[in-house]
Amino acid sequence: MIDFIVKSLTQTLHTFSEMVARFLPQLLALLIIVVVGWITAWLLKVILRRVLPLVRFNSLFDAAGFTQLLAKAALPTPSELLARLVFWALWLIFILFGLAALQIAPLQEELSRLFSLLPQLFVALVILFVGLLIANFVSRATLLAAVNADSPSPRLVSAMVRFVIVTLAGTMALERVGLGRGVILVAFSAFFGAIMLGLALAFGLGGRDLARRIMERHFLEKKEEDQGISHL
Amino acid sequence: MPEETFLSDDFLRQIMAAGQVDILVGVPTLNNRDTIQQIVSAVRVGLVKYFPRERAALVNLDGGSTDGTPDLVKGATAPDFRSFLAADPLRTMHTLTTSYSSIRGKGGALQAILAAADLLRARACALVYPDMESITPEWIDALIRPIYREEFDLVAPVYQRHKFDGLLINHVLSPLIAAAYGCEIEEPMGGQFAFSGRLATHYLSQDAWQQDLMRFAPEIWMTATALAGDFRLCQAFLGPKLHSAKSSGTGLASTIQQVVGALFSCLEMHESYWASYQGTWTAPVFGFVYDVDLPPLRVNRKRGLSTFQKGVEELSSVLEPVLSPSTLQQIREVAKLPEVHFSDELWVKTVYEFAGAFHRSVINRDHLLQALTPLYLGRIDSFLTENYKSSAAQAREKIKQLRGRYVSLKPYLIERWKAKV
Repeated sequence: MIDFIVKSLTQTLHTFSEMVARFLPQLLALLIIVVVGWITAWLLKVILRRVLPLVRFNSLFDAAGFTQLLAKAALPTPSELLARLVFWALWLIFILFGLAALQIAPLQEELSRLFSLLPQLFVALVILFVGLLIANFVSRATLLAAVNADSPSPRLVSAMVRFVIVTLAGTMALERVGLGRGVILVAFSAFFGAIMLGLALAFGLGGRDLARRIMERHFLEKKEEDQGISHL
Repeated sequence: MPEETFLSDDFLRQIMAAGQVDILVGVPTLNNRDTIQQIVSAVRVGLVKYFPRERAALVNLDGGSTDGTPDLVKGATAPDFRSFLAADPLRTMHTLTTSYSSIRGKGGALQAILAAADLLRARACALVYPDMESITPEWIDALIRPIYREEFDLVAPVYQRHKFDGLLINHVLSPLIAAAYGCEIEEPMGGQFAFSGRLATHYLSQDAWQQDLMRFAPEIWMTATALAGDFRLCQAFLGPKLHSAKSSGTGLASTIQQVVGALFSCLEMHESYWASYQGTWTAPVFGFVYDVDLPPLRVNRKRGLSTFQKGVEELSSVLEPVLSPSTLQQIREVAKLPEVHFSDELWVKTVYEFAGAFHRSVINRDHLLQALTPLYLGRIDSFLTENYKSSAAQAREKIKQLRGRYVSLKPYLIERWKAKV
């Protein structure tokens, strides 16, 4: 009886040792890949931090107001942001490769699903980025036009325009990634439709007089200005 | 020749049939049925009366009129010269007509006229826009004579205007050109110009024809390019300036965007010239200068003041990257007062900081120029308030002082232009 227990324990220990012996090299490979990945990503980040200011990367985003947008959100400059994004993206890829080296079957399945998601995630980020740029540009144009036309509440109108475009871009990005596809679309449609209906009712019923006053002021005062001073 | 690529075959045939001329008058049109006959008559009488021995041509460039303007030009009968002259004219005046693509705006018409002048080897050319009701035959003499007899290269107009007319020119365009290019000229985009054949050839050789500024304000470019090329420039007094009732339909924000943007673009093109130019000179004025009583103008101050105050409050995010903190703070303080006093120095610094920001493209350039509109309205409101009871001479003196301020602060313009941030 005692011999049997000792024999079982010895066999279990032996099997466990073999498993550890098989796993350790894979773990070591993972650690090496992660460390190499960190060094590579860090070097690339340092290179980008040096090179991007030299090619005036930030000035590409200054004119579109993106740098200001980032500053308002307490985020770093576009060049620093890109450098950090590249660092984390590259290191993440190395980590995923390292995990693949462990050769654990369920983990491998999840990893391959994650890899297949990466292109969609990249496209979604691009959609979001472009959406933010467009939102910033269009909202600023709206603000300027509203101020120069002496319209009431120019900042509110500008904020609404920004909100609509950002919401649209966010919805498109989420739909791209496939997160709650049906829910997002239905929620967006319902929300957008409700906003438009609300605005139509508010303006059509409640803002009738205001609309008339704005149009009278715009067309009549413009006619008066035509008969007044010529700036050129 | 490069001109052949954008001139139609029919127009080239007309040019070849005319051969060579001494004087060319270009009249670009677009739906000017109401005024074109008067313009054509004034040009014809002016040429026959004052240049009877010279070979002359009238060139009409039409941008796609739908009211029959080109037909009126072609079918215009010669006026009865005997009521103006002692005898019939000595020479036949050629009338050439063609169309240009209105997408290219004024620049398209101007390029075609310059090309025609170059091909016809005209010694003197005049450009007459048909929206002026006050044109007379004497304008042709006033514009052409300094070119033809005195060997000047560019003649800009001088008008008698109401003290509150042409405020954008008096407060931005003219003084900025005086400070940057060193030449005091009253109407850098006066609408009626004359230039020599050699200056026309110089204009054609420039590389600016596809730029946006040529669509809306080529006159600014003409003046700046002539100054930067050290051509001889003078001014001619033409009398009162009365526009036709037809409105251009362009709002103030668009006007500032086009015109001030054109001038800032010219500063970029000619930076090597104006950054090192020192001193100023006044372009000589030809013609008998007189004053007549002008009709009063109706001025809407309320809206301008409201736009200024609202603009300063709502456009912080746009103005902060453009203006220095001290300038922006001063403007904010000015906007809070019930009676706006926008001093000359503050206004000049504002314009110079906008110029520097435009050069560095700190924000989208169109947005930057639109953001200048409420500040301009604040400046105008201040000027209107301070000069409401002034005479025209007193108002002119204030404009002269403003121009002096622009010139004295030129080092600040250079500093803002060359700033890295």
